Amino acid sequence: MPPVMTATALTKRYGGTLAVDGISFEVRRNEILGLLGPNGAGKTTTIDMILGVLEPTSGEIRIEGVDSRSRSRALERTNFAAAYAPLPGNLTVEQNLRVFGLLYGVRGLGARIDELVEEFDLQPFRKVKCGVLSSGEQTRVALAKAMLNRPRLLLLDEPTASLDPSVARDIRGRLRAFVAGGEGAVLWTSHNMYEVEEVCDRVLFLSRGRILLEGDPRTLPGQHGKATLEDLFVALAREPLALERAS
Amino acid sequence: MIRWSRPGAIVLRHFYLMRGSPARVLPLFAWVGVDIILWGFITRYLNAVTSAGMNFIPVMLGAVLLWDFFARVMHGVATAFFEDVWSRNFLNLFASPLAVTEYVTGLVLSSIATSSLGLAAMVLLATTLFGLSFLGYGVALVPFLLVLFLFGIALGIVGSALVLRFGPAAEWLIWPIPALVSPFAGVFYPLSTLPRWMQWLSHLLPPSYVFEGMRAVVSGKAVSWTSLWGGASLAVGYVLLAGWLFSRVYRHAVRTGLLARYSAESVN
Repeated sequence: MPPVMTATALTKRYGGTLAVDGISFEVRRNEILGLLGPNGAGKTTTIDMILGVLEPTSGEIRIEGVDSRSRSRALERTNFAAAYAPLPGNLTVEQNLRVFGLLYGVRGLGARIDELVEEFDLQPFRKVKCGVLSSGEQTRVALAKAMLNRPRLLLLDEPTASLDPSVARDIRGRLRAFVAGGEGAVLWTSHNMYEVEEVCDRVLFLSRGRILLEGDPRTLPGQHGKATLEDLFVALAREPLALERAS
Repeated sequence: MIRWSRPGAIVLRHFYLMRGSPARVLPLFAWVGVDIILWGFITRYLNAVTSAGMNFIPVMLGAVLLWDFFARVMHGVATAFFEDVWSRNFLNLFASPLAVTEYVTGLVLSSIATSSLGLAAMVLLATTLFGLSFLGYGVALVPFLLVLFLFGIALGIVGSALVLRFGPAAEWLIWPIPALVSPFAGVFYPLSTLPRWMQWLSHLLPPSYVFEGMRAVVSGKAVSWTSLWGGASLAVGYVLLAGWLFSRVYRHAVRTGLLARYSAESVN
């Protein structure tokens, strides 16, 4: 099956700074791909380019075969949730879901909102303004919004960062079910290596805008002489060049 | 091609905000109401102290009403845009399939709704309290409103583009734009009153054709339809130019990363 998304020689330069340096990767159908790396590695820049809010300096992105320069068509089957992009706090949960449902052209919107409110345990907050919800509740609303259009490509930037362990586990389970049950895929960033090991099928290690390592998060540490994924992450963050040479 | 559910979403968002917020609804009526009452009494006073036969109500109060309508249209577009600035919503909006043209269309539709409410309130007040016969302008009223509406839309889009380009702090440059334009538009006096260099600028402003036309109607002269349609064409041109400018600024924001990091106000 063709991949859900391909990025080819993707580069972003801000003046003299190279934020993303010619990376190529794909997100395969029915997988959760982890995009890992220290702060400033280029993860959010990469996600912003896929979402069409940042123009690549060069390179190409295709979502379901559609060139991302055909913006609306490419983004119809995409959605995202990120801790740094909360939904407007001056609208209620239901109002936000309705507005974004219209933006994404969701058919049978009323029924879809009912489903998602149920699925993400939002019934008590349905008529509550998002701005007064706790950060964990806001994250659940953002995830519900991200699932509105049953996206083929779901981009999640630290989606469980503000959730308690119980809710975080529950959300991970739902996202795994989402990937297993349809034709979708998830691109996931997280600094929680335990979570990455549990949820991701494959990971990419990004440092200084380049992909240094790629593989199964459960076997990758052993292949590089590290006990855990966190050890590998720390080594990569501190000495990316040494690891790059070794690989 | 516009998919209408998307501009519809922008309008619905604005409707939800208005419905739940008296602080947003009140200004639609309050300031225009104050203006009509203030100028209503001024015109009544002027009628009393000047020579008999001169009626200031259609000239001055009518001018205030039309000018406030223009300002409300412009502020309507800008306010709908500012709602996204204030709620830091750009990332959510522009990471969706919403196209720039659809977004701007949504802002314009929101402004049509809010400015129509303001216009209705002004007409009601001016008619009932001060006896302004709004329909006394005849069929010319249609192009009067159309030209002011189009120019208000154009300036609203330009204002939004400036705030997108220079950051939220630029909002304070936008509110006074109608006041800056008014001396050149000849709202209360014929353009011939102005010095030559100001007249040149006036001819570039569509509202000046409206107010010249309005004074012609009130003084019983024929409206120059040629110049009125010239003003309308100019206004259409400005709307297109404003749309082009917004699109250019948006492209710049996407290229430089400003859109993704809008709260920083600058990427430098």
